[in-house]
Amino acid sequence: MTTFQVPTLAQMTAEGKAPEVLFWVGCAGSFDDRAKKITKAMAKILHHTGISFAVLGTEEGCTGDPAKRAGNEFLFQMQAMMNIQVLNGYEVKHIVTTCPHCFNTLKNEYPELGGNYHVEHHSQFLNRLLNEGRLKIEGGSFKGKKITFHDPCYLGRANDEYEAPRALLEKLDVSLKEMRRCKKNGLCCGAGGAQMFKDAEKGTAEINHVRADEAMETGAEIVVAGCPFCNTMLTDGVKNREKEAQVQVLDLAEMIALAEDL
Amino acid sequence: MTYLPNILFIAALATAIVVFAKKVGRIRKNIGLGKDTDRSDRPSDRLQNMLRVAFGQSKMQARPVAGVLHFIVYVSFLIINIEVLEIIVDGIFGTHRVFAPFLGSAYVPIISAFEVLAVLTVVAVLIFWWRRNVSKLDRFHKPEMKGWAFTDANNILYIELVLMFAFLNMNALEANFADAHHSFLISQYIAPLWSGASEWGLHFGERLFWWVHILGIFAFLNYLPYSKHFHIILAFPNTYYANLEAKGRFENNAAVTKEVALMMDPSADPFAAPAPDADAPIERFGAKDANDLSWANLLNAYTCTECGRCTSECPANLTGKKLSPRKIMMDTRDRIEEIGQNIATNGSFLDDGKSLLGDYITNEELWACTSCNACVQACPVDIDPLNIIMKLRNFATMEESSAPGALNAMMTNVENNGAPWPFNQMDRANWINE
Ligand code: SF4
Ligand code: SF4
Repeated sequence: MTTFQVPTLAQMTAEGKAPEVLFWVGCAGSFDDRAKKITKAMAKILHHTGISFAVLGTEEGCTGDPAKRAGNEFLFQMQAMMNIQVLNGYEVKHIVTTCPHCFNTLKNEYPELGGNYHVEHHSQFLNRLLNEGRLKIEGGSFKGKKITFHDPCYLGRANDEYEAPRALLEKLDVSLKEMRRCKKNGLCCGAGGAQMFKDAEKGTAEINHVRADEAMETGAEIVVAGCPFCNTMLTDGVKNREKEAQVQVLDLAEMIALAEDL
Repeated sequence: MTYLPNILFIAALATAIVVFAKKVGRIRKNIGLGKDTDRSDRPSDRLQNMLRVAFGQSKMQARPVAGVLHFIVYVSFLIINIEVLEIIVDGIFGTHRVFAPFLGSAYVPIISAFEVLAVLTVVAVLIFWWRRNVSKLDRFHKPEMKGWAFTDANNILYIELVLMFAFLNMNALEANFADAHHSFLISQYIAPLWSGASEWGLHFGERLFWWVHILGIFAFLNYLPYSKHFHIILAFPNTYYANLEAKGRFENNAAVTKEVALMMDPSADPFAAPAPDADAPIERFGAKDANDLSWANLLNAYTCTECGRCTSECPANLTGKKLSPRKIMMDTRDRIEEIGQNIATNGSFLDDGKSLLGDYITNEELWACTSCNACVQACPVDIDPLNIIMKLRNFATMEESSAPGALNAMMTNVENNGAPWPFNQMDRANWINE
């Protein structure tokens, strides 16, 4: 239970107010137990900074990313049109999201369909707040901790954002150990392209196990992700190797919320 | 009689050019079988991308060993072309080293530099051959690299060796002539090997290598369009017409947009839709066959160097799945060649009961992709296998309903509950109070 109010856009509008930013929670962030923790961490950070924000709540629907990647352009565009109607109805200008898939779809695929917003992944958003002095983080609790960062495909290669998450981590005074495959060459966690929702084809290994191995090879105690799906995949990978007692998988937002004791 | 060599040469040159132009015309036509896509925007960005990626080989250097070796072969190819120009002029007019008087004292250093490049090329080619045949780099030995693909790759290396050998020995023989004018940096050391030959033998040998060199080049030119080596030409248009948008942005299907807009418009009367035009061909959603793809996809397919960098970065392939982005490109090329051949033989396309999806690319390959863009990132010539995969998925899902069952369930959830899982839309904000 969050100890503060998370207003919906409907409530805010009824009060005649408009938030600075809409927090797009996404399906995983709304329904998946692990991802909900990331959502709450993000909400806490937003609350902590005093920024006026709102969520869509029950008015939010799947962006259509998994449908589009599964080939169902029709369903994707239906979802997009419904969301765009809602977003435009509220005159939303600025969106932040903790899911790189939502981020990519809202940012790149909605404009052509009539949805034009300034969309940021939470790593970009938080990094900007830091640079603008609106968010302060003290390293403290993570000082010197060995961590590694897994680039989500839809943030990294898909949108060329490699630096924002690393800049955030740097502020936490952690000791970042890069994996052999990182940034442009980062290995997928195996969830994208709607793979999250099906079993993998026959092969010799599971992608998320391989990636978790690569992450653990760095000697990291914390594997940081920036995507709820990567988070699940890597957590499973770590568990599969029975390393969950030694290695944690955390989202960027959780790292900051923990560092700030939120 | 004295003009016989000139005539033979001109005939060879003309044949080489005509045959080559014809084959290239065929390929152009095949690429033209693809659907239209607009790549005419941002010309200066496109030019820059071409200069950086094709001319500057920026993406090759991601793998330094192959990158540097390839750069040597590439530079030597470009520069030695200047020397080929001289040979062509000599061949037509029966001159000998026609550029020498113009270049004066610079001629010897220039040809010497070419010779150095030739030696470096030989070294690079030998290393390439070693990597392919002896140390057997994994990416050169995937299932799609059996047969012609493997032979082709080696053929290129052998042709390079023959050309360089002929070039160096031609100069070496000439160095032994009684009236030798030039002595070049490398060939002067090969020259002693031929010093025992008679003056007639030297002249005959020099001519022989001259002919081997130039006829080899003509043959090489005409080998290109049948080979992965065609990339030395197509890399340029391919990078110019590359997708410049963010890699995560997948195109929205305009036909779907129209239908969705109609459905969402409360004032639209579903029965007032215009009667379907009986003559209009039924537009397929997505791609089933190679000619349902765009010309940019097909240009990609003809440009593919079969280097396998894409496949070696592909998470599906790395974990033993059948999917190989290189194979997607090779299949696309093989199929569009087949369609082109079919049209050439029958006047228009005669249904052969085959299609890219199904006969070339299987569902098992198609559904293993995570859309991670690693293949697109890795490709040194800006090829986009993912775009083809997504178009095939569009067809599989929207026209055939052949998506894996779990994905159909996911899509039903999205349709009914606005989320890929069977949760109630009304519970979306529950996390706030949990
Ligand atoms: S996008 Fe698909 S084909 Fe390309 S590397 Fe990733 S999984 Fe492989
Ligand atoms: S698509 Fe690109 S990376 Fe893959 S084999 Fe062809 S040229 Fe190489």
